Amino acid sequence: MNLADHILTIVTFLPTVGALLLLLVPGRGASTDNLVRSIALIVTLVNFALTLWLWAMFDNSNPGFQFVENYPWIGESIGYRMGVDGISILFVVLSAFLLPFCVLSSWNSITYRVREYMIVFLILETLIIGVFATLDLAMFYVFFEGSLIPMFLIIGIWGGARRIQASYKFFFYTFVGSVLMLLAIMAMYWQAGTLDIQRLLAFEFSPEIQTWLWLAFFASFAVKMPMWPFHRWLPEAHVEAPTAGSVILAAVLLKLGGYGFIRFSLAMFPDASLQFQSFVFVLSIAAIIVTSLIAFVQTDIKKLIAYSSVAHMGFVTMGIFAGNELGVQGAVFQMISHGIVSGALFLCVGVVYDRMHTREIEAYGGLVERMPRYAFAFMVFTMANVGLPGTSGFVGEFLTMLGTFQVSTWAAFGAAFGVIFSACYGLWLYRKVIFGALTKDSLKGILDLDRREMVVLVPLILLTILFGFYPAPILDVTAGSVELLVNNFAAATGNVPAVAAMAP
Amino acid sequence: MVQAIVFLPLIGALIAGLLGRVIGHRVSEYITTGLLMVSAVLSWIVFVGFWGGESEVMRVEVMRWIQVGDMDLRWILRVDTLTAIMLIVVTTVSSLVHLYSIGYMHEDPHRSRFFAYLSLFTFAMLMLVTADNFLQMFFGWEGVGLASYLLIGFWYTKPSANAAAMKAFVVNRVGDFGFALGIFGAFMILGDITFDGAFAAIAGNEDVTINFLGGEFHALTVISLLLFMGAMGKSAQFLLHTWLPDAMEGPTPVSALIHAATMVTAGVFMVARLSPIFETSAVALTVVVVIGAITAFFAATVGLVQNDIKRVIAYSTCSQLGYMFVALGAGIYSAGIFHLFTHAFFKALLFLGAGAVIHAMHHEQDMRNMGGLRKKIPITYALMIIGTLALTGVGIPGTPFGFAGFFSKDAIIESAYAMGGNTGMFAFWLLVVAALFTSFYSWRLIHLTFHGPTRADHHTYDHAHESPNVMMVPLYILGIGAVLAGTVFYDVFFGHGEHVTHFFHGSIVVNEELIDQAHYVPLWVKWSATIAMLLGFAGAWLAYVRDPGLPARSAAANPGLYNFLLNAWYFDKLYDTIFVRPARWIGRAFWRGFDDYLVDQTITEGLGNRIKGITAQVVRLQSGYLYHYAFAMLIGIAALLTWAIAAGGLLG
Repeated sequence: MNLADHILTIVTFLPTVGALLLLLVPGRGASTDNLVRSIALIVTLVNFALTLWLWAMFDNSNPGFQFVENYPWIGESIGYRMGVDGISILFVVLSAFLLPFCVLSSWNSITYRVREYMIVFLILETLIIGVFATLDLAMFYVFFEGSLIPMFLIIGIWGGARRIQASYKFFFYTFVGSVLMLLAIMAMYWQAGTLDIQRLLAFEFSPEIQTWLWLAFFASFAVKMPMWPFHRWLPEAHVEAPTAGSVILAAVLLKLGGYGFIRFSLAMFPDASLQFQSFVFVLSIAAIIVTSLIAFVQTDIKKLIAYSSVAHMGFVTMGIFAGNELGVQGAVFQMISHGIVSGALFLCVGVVYDRMHTREIEAYGGLVERMPRYAFAFMVFTMANVGLPGTSGFVGEFLTMLGTFQVSTWAAFGAAFGVIFSACYGLWLYRKVIFGALTKDSLKGILDLDRREMVVLVPLILLTILFGFYPAPILDVTAGSVELLVNNFAAATGNVPAVAAMAP
Repeated sequence: MVQAIVFLPLIGALIAGLLGRVIGHRVSEYITTGLLMVSAVLSWIVFVGFWGGESEVMRVEVMRWIQVGDMDLRWILRVDTLTAIMLIVVTTVSSLVHLYSIGYMHEDPHRSRFFAYLSLFTFAMLMLVTADNFLQMFFGWEGVGLASYLLIGFWYTKPSANAAAMKAFVVNRVGDFGFALGIFGAFMILGDITFDGAFAAIAGNEDVTINFLGGEFHALTVISLLLFMGAMGKSAQFLLHTWLPDAMEGPTPVSALIHAATMVTAGVFMVARLSPIFETSAVALTVVVVIGAITAFFAATVGLVQNDIKRVIAYSTCSQLGYMFVALGAGIYSAGIFHLFTHAFFKALLFLGAGAVIHAMHHEQDMRNMGGLRKKIPITYALMIIGTLALTGVGIPGTPFGFAGFFSKDAIIESAYAMGGNTGMFAFWLLVVAALFTSFYSWRLIHLTFHGPTRADHHTYDHAHESPNVMMVPLYILGIGAVLAGTVFYDVFFGHGEHVTHFFHGSIVVNEELIDQAHYVPLWVKWSATIAMLLGFAGAWLAYVRDPGLPARSAAANPGLYNFLLNAWYFDKLYDTIFVRPARWIGRAFWRGFDDYLVDQTITEGLGNRIKGITAQVVRLQSGYLYHYAFAMLIGIAALLTWAIAAGGLLG
């Protein structure tokens, strides 16, 4: 058996194997907990190494699906199908990349039910990688919905004071949306006779059907993103979730929606996507402007970052439905970058939360005095969140707006306000927490980053800056598949992309 | 060589910033300053090549940046005449400011961080001026904004410094909002955002229209105006100027480097660099002239009544930047760059001189508590006088005798007159009046600070002393520049049209005909600025030497006007009322009203209450045993799989 042929199956299910392994660890108590943590860390690190190998083997010049595994299961209709293309592979890498950080950041902050916690996280890793790696719509649905359950448990068991309410709200919102998606998946099956994504991509749905299917998928993905005004669950879930939960929620789970929009809405329902373009633009701009303004008046650090996530996802949806190469590439880049940056920001919040056990902005101030290294890390991520050129946050925002401008100057104009507002809330938070005189007695003994926290944050700093100056590793991977996608989109809708027409 | 010029400051910044604690403050200072001096020497070598006219445009690729579809952006260092001028301005002033800061900051416990920021700023500024495409310029543009933010807020325990830093960044972002949209538009219309590619694509697109925000407009006009909005933010032009006076919260060397000599001139540089695009739009050029002229006038009026020594110079900077924009808008870009070049020397001199005064007075900045310092710090006094003579434009029209500002300012005023028409005349008169005010507030500053009996407390006054040599040497060098920069470089910037064309070598648009017209303006025009300068000098002498009670009396007689000027035309209050407060109000309304009340409490919980019974059951399941959860999860997955199998099996 050639390992490389089954690499996707391995990276998807290795964490589950790790979870089973954890069940077998005997005993209880502190030493067992440490063993459990170490095993979880090793499993996630190995899995990350495997995804790096996957990335290394990936052929950028091939726009189609690679590492395909295709076994029929129930007739031809549902099968065990795996495969990645330029759009999905980086999400697989991103998910596997972030899991070790989640384990590390939970090292000391999770003190009860450590074994269960790690098991849930490993299963969650399987599910989210599965979402991106599968090529069967039924499997996609199972992975997509399945990922709700571990997240529900993470918030509900290891969360803050109002965790129960938050976890139910989280479940409620996302589940309502996905019921409609389930109906749409059934309808697609009746139309196309298969749930094989590769064949569905080639199938042409009639424009009337597309409208309904698009709306049904939209219900699910828009909640997941989340798009304004379906975002209310997110701040609450973030606030109550433990640090690692917030990281994975912001960094990966939100991307399921964006990935779904690209893979299904745009690729399979091009006519409907064009038809609803303005609708999406309006919601995206509302997300960028309104939630930025809301972020500006928050008093809770995590809520502020959560609202800023919604605003940043607005750029993603806008870029996707611009439907040109710049927009879609920008959207994918923005999602990867936001995965790194928002994950890092939540990790940063976790650092001070572990020390002070409060997320109130007012409780902080003048941290730079005692925590210069922390101040530096937080500055880098704040600037990336603000979209400063030279950080990864800039490239995605720039490309999505550049792509959108070709389609709608109104949308790009509205989105550009995000450039101003993100500076307002980002710098305001930084000023309140980091700058100022250190006058509060409770903060006088606070310690700077320890070695474990440095190990977590330094790689993220390096990546944030690297991708700002040299985004090619990401853009090269996505280029081929996105080009194929937008060409299909243009051909299906009869629109020649504006950029291509403009080229001399 | 170009790489060395640009990257040596970055290396210095990284060493001082990351290793500052390890290697100590002294070493950090020496390393950053030394590297910058090397960079400055190399810049002069590069510049001399262009001065002689031998050098050709250099483009050095560093690495790839963003490639998507047809867009191919790379990190390329581009050096042509315009860049070479900026290189010497930036590296010379920056290395002098580094040197000066060794003395000025010698008591600060965070010196290596300070030097790291200064070098980081210099790197970003060099990236800006060596940009080969719009986006790299934008990178440098925002990079200097970041450095400026960090340096204004350097004394982070001061709330006012933090507020000023944030304000500077946010107001600049408002300008960048336009800049970014301008880049999008340029890419859409010209199909390329490398400079060479975009300029080449202008031909054939002069009359193209763009549908922007629902209206059909001349495309290049829209693009120029949007780009100019960025320039207005960075160069603190009227309406977007509010951040610059507040930026004086930063340490004084920062004010000299960033908020006088280099960063704030980035807007001028940008318009000059993009002159081929601006040239296609008469409307855009008119706007540039009008905004520039209003800024020159407005800032000069506010400068008349300020009491903080740094704020006077800050408003003066704002005003002089307005002059530069008038020259650009008049189509004589070289004159604008000329003033940028001379202004860098004398304004840095004035700021660093003010720093020496503040240093001597133990961090006193209010001129009402100064006076009589001439006897205590005579060398600083002499240098400040040189700076003032250069700023006010002292010289003899028609001869090569004059201080730096004389040549460049007169060039601009003559350009405005030569432009003619309503716009040209409007600008001409505003600039002449502004010249009068400039002279007044500059001499007011000298009188209040150095002349008359002292108003400082005895202890401070008695201990006032000259600054150490490490601070004075930069002042001497800048003093030489403030005297000679005008007369030496007059010919290549604003001399015979052919010489200007030859010097700039296509790096900016040079309209020889316009330059010649500006040379043949009537004699009274040539003398107008000088007469205005003399009147201002006389006025300041009258009000602050002859009859020192006069200013207080006239302020008391016109309290409305006085407060209007003192509060800088109430722009801060206005913006707070129409932007800041409503934004917070809207944010709160959407948060509490829409999100929390409507969506959450009314809709979601309304639905939730319906199924509360069920929920209550489920909550009871929150038993704490993991296998309950695991079991629930398994049921869920099993249910989904059942459906999948059933659906597949039955239908497939």
